[in-house]
Amino acid sequence: MADKLPNTPKLDELEKGKWPSFVKEIKMAAKKSPMCADLLGQLEKSYTEKVGYWKHGGIVGVMGYGGGVIGRYSALPKEFPNVSHFHTMRVNQPAGWYYNTEALRKICDIWEKHGSGITNLHGSTGDLVLLGTRTEELEPIFDELQKINFDIGGSGSDVRTPSCCCGQSRCEWACYDTMAACHDFTMEYQDELHRPAFPYKFKFKFSGCPNDCVASIARSDMSLIGTWRDSIQQDDAEVKAYVDGGLDIEEDVISRCPGKCMAWDGKKLEIDNSFCRRCMHCINVMPKALRPGKDRGATILLGSKAPIVEGALLSSVLIPFIKMEAPYQELKDIIERIWDVWSEEGKNRERVGEFIQRVGMGNFLEAIEVEPVAEMVAHPRENPYIFYEEFFEEDDDEEGDKG
Amino acid sequence: MAEAMQERRTDYGPPHYEQFLPPVVKENYGKWKYHEIVKPGVMVHVSESGAELYTVRAASGRLISIDKIRMYCDLADKYCDGYVRFTSRHNIEFLTPKKENVDPLIKDLKDMGHPVGGIGNAISAIVHTQGWVHCHSAATDASGVVKAVMDDLIEYFEERKLPGKLRIALACCLNMCGAVHCSDIAILGIHRRPPRIDHANLKKVCEIPNLSASCPTAAIRPAEVEGHPSVEVLEEQCMFCANCYTVCPAMPLADPLNDGVSIWVGGKVSNARHEPMFSKLAIPFLPNNPPRWPEVTEAVRNLVELWAKNAKKYERMGEWIERIGWPKFFKMSGIEFEKVHIDDFKHAGLTFKRSTHLTF
Ligand code: SF4
Ligand code: SF4
Ligand code: SF4
Ligand code: SF4
Repeated sequence: MADKLPNTPKLDELEKGKWPSFVKEIKMAAKKSPMCADLLGQLEKSYTEKVGYWKHGGIVGVMGYGGGVIGRYSALPKEFPNVSHFHTMRVNQPAGWYYNTEALRKICDIWEKHGSGITNLHGSTGDLVLLGTRTEELEPIFDELQKINFDIGGSGSDVRTPSCCCGQSRCEWACYDTMAACHDFTMEYQDELHRPAFPYKFKFKFSGCPNDCVASIARSDMSLIGTWRDSIQQDDAEVKAYVDGGLDIEEDVISRCPGKCMAWDGKKLEIDNSFCRRCMHCINVMPKALRPGKDRGATILLGSKAPIVEGALLSSVLIPFIKMEAPYQELKDIIERIWDVWSEEGKNRERVGEFIQRVGMGNFLEAIEVEPVAEMVAHPRENPYIFYEEFFEEDDDEEGDKG
Repeated sequence: MAEAMQERRTDYGPPHYEQFLPPVVKENYGKWKYHEIVKPGVMVHVSESGAELYTVRAASGRLISIDKIRMYCDLADKYCDGYVRFTSRHNIEFLTPKKENVDPLIKDLKDMGHPVGGIGNAISAIVHTQGWVHCHSAATDASGVVKAVMDDLIEYFEERKLPGKLRIALACCLNMCGAVHCSDIAILGIHRRPPRIDHANLKKVCEIPNLSASCPTAAIRPAEVEGHPSVEVLEEQCMFCANCYTVCPAMPLADPLNDGVSIWVGGKVSNARHEPMFSKLAIPFLPNNPPRWPEVTEAVRNLVELWAKNAKKYERMGEWIERIGWPKFFKMSGIEFEKVHIDDFKHAGLTFKRSTHLTF
């Protein structure tokens, strides 16, 4: 069937070079799938004309779900009939992106039978993305996924598929069990994940420490980043071993410490932990000598997003420290209050971060019943235009009690 | 009815991760003590119990065929007891307690065309999005640009010769599915021509009040055009964000003559040392020049090498630029500073230089 591949001189150029070639991948799939042959054809045309040929998404899905499938249609169905439909199915990945080969092979078999044979491992939200199928295949695919216990992920104005770093499964720095939390929240919020009912999307990302390997502070409406409250665990002999081994501790560790809370007298490293900002730098440089403390939990931050609609945001602190232990009830109560307020008063396509900007963080905190604390701000306000909500009148009694 | 409901389960969620953990991971879960980078793309984690776990990280193109996944599976069966994992940056990782498996595995991966690397002070795989392969909104391709850039920078993936970590990300339009806005180097597809309105069909496919409301600069107003109820765009107010197109297919922005790529630098998400930062505009526009985007690959390489040459150890791109100051960055990089570098959206004033701390 290889001889049926379209002529693609531009794309062929991208088969060369050392980085893995997506063109080779599509060609490999095209041996079995006419969809991928037309995908190559349409893509070559894009490379020639410098513009895409996909139509705006349409609404398709599987029964009982409001999300998880992205409708996609070619703008050139006559020229490339096999990609006239080219829908995406988002499959909710297992926490931490671990698989066994049995499960992966089954997914491949399903996709060979019902789709293009091309995937994304993984999409930027975290899902295992099956790229390219027809509307009438959606139900059969879901049917088969169900048999192997894989469910579909989120899309549209719902909870998007949560994702997490590998956490305690492999990383000594994980300050809570990110995979357990990610799985727990994913299961708890299945309805919110599968049936869009929010003003816009809501993402959770779980990072085990402030290194934030899943970019939660930039890419999730709620960022759950592991941290510790007590002192860095320190092994002085190992510190010395690093120094003896050639580490320039003054230059590479102490001068880079943002808390300016470290000192080295040539023999012993002193850390004033009350001023440590939990940045991870010293621990990253000397993993054998320093470790996060033992009183561990997470900092919860809220509101990051890409520029659309009103500009990009980073998440900001909502809860400076919380223990991350199942069933995470205190946190879930707060989340549900956030969703209530935002669903009630948020505008269409307004992310929670933008909503907070519009109504004011102070008002938002009041609505979700969280006390303001100094950790929430980089600094207190500079502008004196304060919205006081009450004032005294001349006939108030001395305590200022009205009436 | 109850039976019918039972037949078709919904909302059962992803399979529990525990069944996918290699035994050594399960046994040492939460007990890892430290790790070391053994060589490029290989690290060993050591447990309190003394157990060792080797990780081999290989590049992948993110767009992967099922036959390639099956080849991965063969390797995982051969070397890793049938387990494998992926990273948030589209890499594939093979985990094994057996040190003797590492080198043969690397050899097999390389033979398959998958370089090993991306750990420590190296460039990790480029987080990216769909582009012309699958998205309606794209101002550039994703996979093609990434392939071209990484072919060019492969040495920095396979070796550890950079001062610190370098994270590159690409999004093919301002929707930024890959949220590239906090990367050391962000490659961002941009449109530069206002939407071309399909007046004849607009009313059929879009709700006009929703459409007007979608524009962050209020550039869209209801209007009757050529006898059709439609909208008009105040073009001098348009910043090509494509919010309107997201809610209304009759407002396409894609345009071969004006679409292209912008380059942003100095963002980070990790809290190590400096707090997380947004990337800032370095190069406003480079043309789409498929299949290899030579202008983009050259610009990225220049930025990588300028930083690599001048940054102190562990200093990320943004930390380095903050130390030397942006005027120096523009001077050293040879990038011309233009009007478009000055922010003019909300809070723009916060980005002005408000001191005399200047270098000459
Ligand atoms: S975020 Fe922290 S705990 Fe999670 S994998 Fe990265 S370094 Fe480890
Ligand atoms: S974690 Fe960061 S702030 Fe704390 S002592 Fe280490 S370098 Fe300093
Ligand atoms: S970044 Fe834009 S063009 Fe690229 S996949 Fe996302 S929405 Fe589509
Ligand atoms: S592209 Fe953005 S700024 Fe321009 S009209 Fe559309 S919504 Fe408004």
